[in-house]
Amino acid sequence: MQFGFLLEQVVNGLVLGGYYLLIALGLSLIFSVGGVVNLAHGAFYALGAYASVEITRYLGFGPAMVLSPIAVGMLGILFERFILRRFYSADPILSLLVTFGLAMVAEQAIRIVWGAAPLSASIPQVFRGSVIVGDFLFSRYRLLILAVVALVLLAIWLLLHKTSFGRVVRAGIQRPDMVAALGIRLQPYMTAIVMLGVGMAAMGGAFFAPITIVHPAMGAEIITVAFVVVVIGGLGSFWGVVIAAMLVGVVRGITIHFVPAAGEASIYVLMFLILLVRPRGLLGERIEKFE
Amino acid sequence: MTRYSRRTLLKGSAAFAGAAAIGFPAISYGQSEKIKIGHLTPLTGFLGALGAYAQLGIRMAEEEINQAGGVMGRQLDITSEDSVNPATAATKAQRMLDQDGALVLMGEINSASALTIMQVAERNKKLFMQIGARSDALRGKNCNKYTFHVDIPSTVMVNAVGKALVRDNMMKDKKFYTLTADYIFGHDLGRAAKAFFSANGGNLIGDELVATDVTDFSPYLLKIRQAKPDIVCSNLAGNQVTNLIKQYAEFGLPYPIVGFNLNTADAWAAGDGNLSGTWPTVWYHTSEVPSSKTFVTNFTKKYGKPPENHAWIEYVSLKMMAQAMNETKSTDTTKLIGYFEKETQFDILKARKAHFRSWDHQLMQEAYPFTVKAKGQAKDKWDMLVLGGAIPAANESLESIALTKEQNPCSM
Repeated sequence: MQFGFLLEQVVNGLVLGGYYLLIALGLSLIFSVGGVVNLAHGAFYALGAYASVEITRYLGFGPAMVLSPIAVGMLGILFERFILRRFYSADPILSLLVTFGLAMVAEQAIRIVWGAAPLSASIPQVFRGSVIVGDFLFSRYRLLILAVVALVLLAIWLLLHKTSFGRVVRAGIQRPDMVAALGIRLQPYMTAIVMLGVGMAAMGGAFFAPITIVHPAMGAEIITVAFVVVVIGGLGSFWGVVIAAMLVGVVRGITIHFVPAAGEASIYVLMFLILLVRPRGLLGERIEKFE
Repeated sequence: MTRYSRRTLLKGSAAFAGAAAIGFPAISYGQSEKIKIGHLTPLTGFLGALGAYAQLGIRMAEEEINQAGGVMGRQLDITSEDSVNPATAATKAQRMLDQDGALVLMGEINSASALTIMQVAERNKKLFMQIGARSDALRGKNCNKYTFHVDIPSTVMVNAVGKALVRDNMMKDKKFYTLTADYIFGHDLGRAAKAFFSANGGNLIGDELVATDVTDFSPYLLKIRQAKPDIVCSNLAGNQVTNLIKQYAEFGLPYPIVGFNLNTADAWAAGDGNLSGTWPTVWYHTSEVPSSKTFVTNFTKKYGKPPENHAWIEYVSLKMMAQAMNETKSTDTTKLIGYFEKETQFDILKARKAHFRSWDHQLMQEAYPFTVKAKGQAKDKWDMLVLGGAIPAANESLESIALTKEQNPCSM
């Protein structure tokens, strides 16, 4: 029976990993292509949640899940065009400072617009409750999230590996100088990557608004975990981030099963151990500009 | 004895007055006019939403008092800041006393930060009215002469809900599974809950400590399902409670859920149809007491939303402090402590008046259990709770739900 309980935690951890993935994948892409650690990524997650709560009020749940990421993705274009673009070739400390500052500005802006008190949001009636498969209990709503994440993941993978867009992006990660020498401007690609990345973060926020508290500091709470996932997965690797997200979810679940109080600390211990063995992360590639 | 002529005295006074007016008007104004109060409350982190309401409440009381002429003819001047964490809270409290000229300290919700501010108050021999933190230990083994506690302590909350559970046959021989916030307040609440279970025949089959920054409760929910309890019980705090309630509804576990701590803002944020069970509160805005209704009307008119329990408690706390200063005609720490220790009765917008108990400085007041309105019965999104009768009942002593001298190791 003990083994069955443990397995249930593992499966649940995989589902949770899907949610971490939505936020971490964008962070990793922006990091890999632009060389910028976007500390404001959590702010887009929070904006996605707030936007979805507002849109749900007028148009309902379905449209909110689609429109909120699109709206925040548009905001991402402005963010890239007017702020991020200036920092690709600058000292990394500058981009850290500016995105950190932006995260604080965004949190305060949310506080001014929506107030400090949390907003209320619920799951639509159809997705309430859980299904029992064999011995395992799954929340219906999380299965929905898992399906959406799988679709998004497939789309991003196809985009990166089966299109000319993806070839330029992947080449841009490895050898931006060669891409430039071939007469291809990376900037429009970067705009698209940032739009996609923050759009995914907003989607994470939108889907999690009905099951976590929607409050101004929610972005700051998620950015640390997302960053841990990116570091564990390694830069420039699509599958590295995917595996890392699942691993973080599973390790946290198993730890909570045995030592509940250590649940949140376990993911940092995991990061520490993996970096000891593999300083570039699980599947991190050797990227010249970061060496 | 030297005698001064009237003329010399007048000349001297005129010179001083002139110098004051020209040379350092701001300083002299600040010293003789305003009564400075340092206010700390968490505005960020897992209790930030509650702190925001706390600020609204104390601001409203400040404005009302100042518009009515202030205290002893002097205006109140409240400096309110984010206490952030226990270490920062202590640093800020010290700075407010040293540099800002604060005469008394007020505020706090986080029990760990309240504890460090209490130490600052004791070191500096200044009064601290600890308004919103609920850990038993603050008024128990950590109590000190300079601190007075307004909000109901953990044990009172446990008693308020526990008595309702006993009445509803949800205690004796029932299997309880508790989730407990992993910091001083949660530990305290957990201890009080265990004591109540063992005294009333409840059977605790599992208790998990939960870090304050947890947002995903799914692994805990799985553990609860594996344990198959009769009743799930929350000893959590702040955002934790909202997250648990939302995800409990998401998974739709069949066991009834109750809790020994919930603030109204956390309940409002839980989302439509997610909250159920019996919980405690110190005050709710649908209270029928006339003075409370007036307060709710004025607050709603001013801020566009009804007051949360932390707004109410900060409001009545500043009113109590102003009353103490007015009656003693002083801001002197010893005199104020003496006034509160006399067990003076205060109107706190409840049916019964309240007083600070002299030996542990705890405000003795009514508490209430509440349940949740059925779907479709709420008048608006704020109107979701059904307030139970006050505990203790009107014919019982306020002492009946409080910690006894034997239970509370406070010595000053």
